[in-house]
Amino acid sequence: MKIITGNDLKSGAVTWWNGAAWSLHVNDAVDMGDEAAAVIAAEEAARRVNGAYVIEAEQTADGIRPAHIKERIRALGPTVRLDLSLDPTATPDKVL
Amino acid sequence: MYLYDHYDQAMVDARVAEFRDQTRRRIEGTLSEEKFRPLRLQNGLYLQLHAYMLRVAVPYGTLSGAQMKMLGDIADKYDRGYGHFTTRQNIQYNWIKLEDTPDILADLASVEMHAIQTSGNCIRNISADQYAGATADELIDPRPYAELLRQWSSFHPEFLALPRKFKICVIASDTDRAAMRLHDIGIQIVKNEAGEIGAAFYVGGGMGRTPFIAPLVKAFVPLDELITYSEACLRVYNRYGRRDNKYKARIKILVHELGVDEYRRQVEEEFAHLQTLAIEPPLAELERIKTFFADPAYEAGLSDDLDLSNPAFAAWVKNNTAAHKTPGYAIVNISLKPVKTLADGSKQAGIPGDATGEQIRVMADLAKTYSFDELRVTHTQNIVLPHVRKADLFTVWEKLVAAELAEANLDKITDIIACPGLDYCTLANARSIPVAQKIAERMADKAEEIGELKLKISGCINACGHHHAGHIGILGVDRKGLENYQLLLGGCEGADTSLGKIVGPGFDEDGIVGAVEKATQVYLANKEGEERFLDTYRRIGMNPFKEAIYG
Repeated sequence: MKIITGNDLKSGAVTWWNGAAWSLHVNDAVDMGDEAAAVIAAEEAARRVNGAYVIEAEQTADGIRPAHIKERIRALGPTVRLDLSLDPTATPDKVL
Repeated sequence: MYLYDHYDQAMVDARVAEFRDQTRRRIEGTLSEEKFRPLRLQNGLYLQLHAYMLRVAVPYGTLSGAQMKMLGDIADKYDRGYGHFTTRQNIQYNWIKLEDTPDILADLASVEMHAIQTSGNCIRNISADQYAGATADELIDPRPYAELLRQWSSFHPEFLALPRKFKICVIASDTDRAAMRLHDIGIQIVKNEAGEIGAAFYVGGGMGRTPFIAPLVKAFVPLDELITYSEACLRVYNRYGRRDNKYKARIKILVHELGVDEYRRQVEEEFAHLQTLAIEPPLAELERIKTFFADPAYEAGLSDDLDLSNPAFAAWVKNNTAAHKTPGYAIVNISLKPVKTLADGSKQAGIPGDATGEQIRVMADLAKTYSFDELRVTHTQNIVLPHVRKADLFTVWEKLVAAELAEANLDKITDIIACPGLDYCTLANARSIPVAQKIAERMADKAEEIGELKLKISGCINACGHHHAGHIGILGVDRKGLENYQLLLGGCEGADTSLGKIVGPGFDEDGIVGAVEKATQVYLANKEGEERFLDTYRRIGMNPFKEAIYG
């Protein structure tokens, strides 16, 4: 699946497009297929997101898993400070 | 230490007001990100993996207690309770909000601090020896010259759009504690045969994807021509540095491609021209600056005796204190590389360079009470209290123990430099911090036996973790989407600067920990006398290590 991510303009927080708005939780992301470009353009113009882009991910039994480790770390938090993660189940193994 | 005059304060305050307006316009939508990005970067505000990251300048690594306290307060008020001290003697905050940043900059300005020129293609924060003004082995205190260079380079209109970033380091000791020859310009204050004090200029060093040790360009520049010669070095670079390829844009590439002789010739030509323009600041300004760096009011006649009957205190004194130029005083190093022993006997290493807001305030209080209100940030991501009475060492140590800041491991294998790596940094290809923690945990019980071993880890080729200069260096790379770690041996950042060489094929995270352990075993089996790891490596060469690691 193709999902959209970016950073909230004001807070810088990692955000994921849920089809209608931006969520802090990767599991809220929706598959955008080929529709991403229009959403990114509109949302950046509205200053609701900064530097949005499309990434590859897959739906697993545990939730949405971004394909690249960098995006998994963005989704779950620094592997060395998972106490700061928004996902209470996050572990280094889950990120890796 | 240097105190702002009204010009300094006005410049910083004006910049805060300017950035507040720019931020407002960005949030309101009258400034696009394309236009805003260079403006925020000029104020040290990056967008990293998890949030905005703010890098705060600590000029030549020197701080007052009040400044340090402010850094701790910012960690708690605006970030998530901690900050990260960097290899550039600065501090970074990882979880900053854009909308808070003008207020943070205003708080910093209230204690004569800022984040200006901590990013972008300009002259960055000037770095220096962390023992400056305290150690007996320096010629003079180099910080007045670093401060003069700071003033010259701040908002220098000609050098705000260089081909690439530019880093200057100033030392005044043959014992190079600041990696001087791995800077774009490394300046060593020296004495010539006539007994005059001047500056030796090393130009074109650096790490990154193409590491070079800076060659000597001029052995002696009179101190009243320091700025003029620096300007000449920069002008030649600004004119001919590569702007077509960012990977070849640093001055090291220009010096290498021109050859040091031709670069020197061009600098001399420019220098002669600049001398006719009388751009050097008046010596009276240098003398004014020097007054801020006068020795504090040391007590005379203090004893050097110490009660070392407490073994943990004795170990800390042995490893983490250094000789001070004044009898009865010591230089204290506070390690930000803790390794805890848990109840079950296992080890738990901290994050290199990280300190909580409370720990930062503890260090600020210690500086105020016991070190003439002064601290230093080191490029090895530790903190220094430069002037502590030996009679106070035990009390200082007890307070550090209570704050979990008393790890006695300076320059040991557990005192690891590690960049933020893929856990925080958008540029990184692999994580650095977990590798540092695993190595520290594996090697903690052997650290004392191994002795001095400087291990440095970078999570990408940009080398913020100084892997080229590690006795053992580790470079994290991306291999088909997986983290992979290359091992280097033989680097050194000191007076005998050398660049590490790659041992062989890379490893996964656990593999690199095992490879490091094997390298230390080769050292221990082959060391002669008082040899350090680096000495043994230089004597026996790469092959015994390679055979043990890959055999």
